[in-house]
Formats: sequence, C-alpha cells, structure tokens
Amino acid sequence: MRTGVIARKVGMTRLFTEDGAHVPVTVLALEENQVVAQRTPERDGYVALQVGAGAGKAKALTKPERGHFGAAEVAPKAKLAEFRVAPDALVAVGATLSASHFVPGQMVDVTGTTQGKGFAGAMKRWGFGGLRATHGVSVSHRSHGSTGNRQDPGRVFKNKKMAGHMGDRRRTQQNLEIVMTDPERDLLFVRGSVPGAKGSWLLVRDAVKAPRPEGAPYPAGLKAAAAPAEAVAAAGDAGQAPAGGEEQ
Amino acid sequence: MNLLQTIEAEQIAKLAARRPVPEFRAGDTLRVGVKVKEGDRTRIQYFEGVCIARSNKGMGSNFTVRKVSFGEGVERVFPLYSPAIESIEVVRRGVVRRAKLYYLRGRSGKSARIAERRDARAGAEAAPGTSAEAGADSGAEA
Repeated sequence: MRTGVIARKVGMTRLFTEDGAHVPVTVLALEENQVVAQRTPERDGYVALQVGAGAGKAKALTKPERGHFGAAEVAPKAKLAEFRVAPDALVAVGATLSASHFVPGQMVDVTGTTQGKGFAGAMKRWGFGGLRATHGVSVSHRSHGSTGNRQDPGRVFKNKKMAGHMGDRRRTQQNLEIVMTDPERDLLFVRGSVPGAKGSWLLVRDAVKAPRPEGAPYPAGLKAAAAPAEAVAAAGDAGQAPAGGEEQ
Repeated sequence: MNLLQTIEAEQIAKLAARRPVPEFRAGDTLRVGVKVKEGDRTRIQYFEGVCIARSNKGMGSNFTVRKVSFGEGVERVFPLYSPAIESIEVVRRGVVRRAKLYYLRGRSGKSARIAERRDARAGAEAAPGTSAEAGADSGAEA
C-alpha cells in the first residue's frame, strides 16, 4: 500500500485524444508535498505517513505545531494528512513527493469536501418530484408530500429523506483515471470531476478497487534535488527510501 | 494568466501547430475537413456552409456551420481545436452585423444570402495606421 498525496483542485478543462474524442479532466496541483512524520507500530501501533502540503504561515502556528515541524525540519504546512502505508512503503521524513508518484492510466480515489448547498429542500436534495403545478395545489409545489403512514406506525421512520443540510461533506470519488501527469509543475490530470470547490484540498490515493499499477514507483515517487531524469531518480529513490526510513 | 489558462494556452499552441486555425468569424463560408473512421481506414469528409456562430472559450471553443442539403437545413458544431478536424478553409468572407446568425434558420433563398466582404481586412488594417500617423502629426504640431 503506497502513500497518497495532498493536492489542491485547480479546475476543470478538456483534452483531446488522437482521434478527436474529448477527455474532460480536472487539474490537481501538488504543492510541496513533504513527509512530516512517520507512524510506526512500536510507538503508534500502526504504520502511516503524515504528509504536509502548501505553505503555512509561521506566525499562525501554535508552539506544539512549531515543535512538530521543527523536529521534522520542514517548513510549516497549510494542510496535514495521514496516509496508511505498508511497512515497507515508509518514506523518510522531509522527502518531497512528486506528481511522478502516479502513472498515466492508473486509477485513483480522490477524497474531498463537497460544495455546500445550505439548507436544501427535498426536490434538490433527494430528487423528489414535488407536487403538481395546478389541480388545487397551493403554496406547496416544492414540498416532499407524505412522510409515512397513519396511526399504525404512528411515527416517521428514521432516515426518511427530507429537507436539510446538503453538501459540505467528506466524500470519496473512486476509480478516477490519471490521464496525464506533469512532474515539472507537479500537476495531475484526472479524468472526470472530483469533490469540492476550486482551491480546496483533496487527498489522492491509489484506487482501493484496482490492482497496484505497474510501473508506478514503490514506495513513492519522490522529487530528487534538481534531478534531470525523473524516472531514473524515482527508481533510485525507490531503492534508498525504505533504508532511510528505518534509520529514523 | 492563471494556471488553468496557461495549461490551455499550451495545449492550444500544440494543437494549432499541427493544424493552423484560420481567422474567420460568423458570416464566413467555411469548408471543414472532418476525419471519418470507416472500419480500419479513415477518409476526409468535407462539410461546407456558412459559419453562423463562433464561441471562444479556450480548449472548449467551437463553431457552428450551417448548410442546406437537399432542401433540409443541416447544422454541425465543430470543436475548434479537435484533432478530428483535418482542415478549416475560408471559402468566402461575408458582411454581417451580428455575432450569431441564428436568424438564418428562419430564412431561405434570397433572404438567406450574405453579401461578400471585399478588402474589409485591408481597409481595417490601413485605417488604424493612418489614424496613428495623424495622431503623431498632431502631437508634433502641438
């Protein structure tokens, strides 16, 4: 199980295939994804990587946060997240993840917070049909209608679909294809839409329902310091990183 | 330019290098070569008609071509940068005063004609040049 990355949603655009078919893509930007901490079985009881992304403000940090980033010797991050990994997929603290972590054609799961819709009626929230426009219906054209039976149950069943708050929930879109990657600018091009508004943070992981892609760097696609050959550097890191991880 | 616009500009530059997009606007008569796949071979099918609309929105840009085929009006919307379009050729330029010529749908025969634009481009290029010179002259005099 490889680590995931934290990405920012840039927006959607379109690409064309060679034969002229449209490919709608969402552009995701990785912003300085660095490993901030490791979770080990001895100390924490599970294996995971804490990854940070974006540039955080030093003055907005609390003292414990300051110590945490200081211990890892990384710049303050705007967003932190943990990714469960296999014990041999640990990456050294301070390593920078690259867009080359993913390979074109593989499937990913993208987790994010959906756009909030506020207090929405039953028609918008659940797709109910509403009431009729005429035939004596007054005022309640967009209402949900009946919510149950009569005296027999004498109550409304739990989980009855009704009006309420819609959106602004954590959601995962599974099996989205990586169409293209841009390791230079650290961009991912994912086929289709992902949850959330432009500029929101997303977690991108290997798809749980698809086999691990062939040719993907294991344990992770890292950014070597000014490496000319991205693929070679990633392969080199793949060999070194686990050893480095055990030392720390 | 934001990141998305930069990405689109790069993609457009790459696609336009392979197949240049001529300058055209609504009212012009176009001859569009479309790649048609038949089994395992492809051929070019031409669609000639009046461009009645053009929508400029980056990679999503498209244009609508209308022709009358066997007495039946036919309209096709083409993505401007699609690799499936082999060529776009401007056959004739037209004089129109609208950006979208949807009014042509309700017309046929004589009233559906569009006058040809002659030397409009040369005139348009000459006009700003002369005005600039005039401006410079007046500036020198002042």
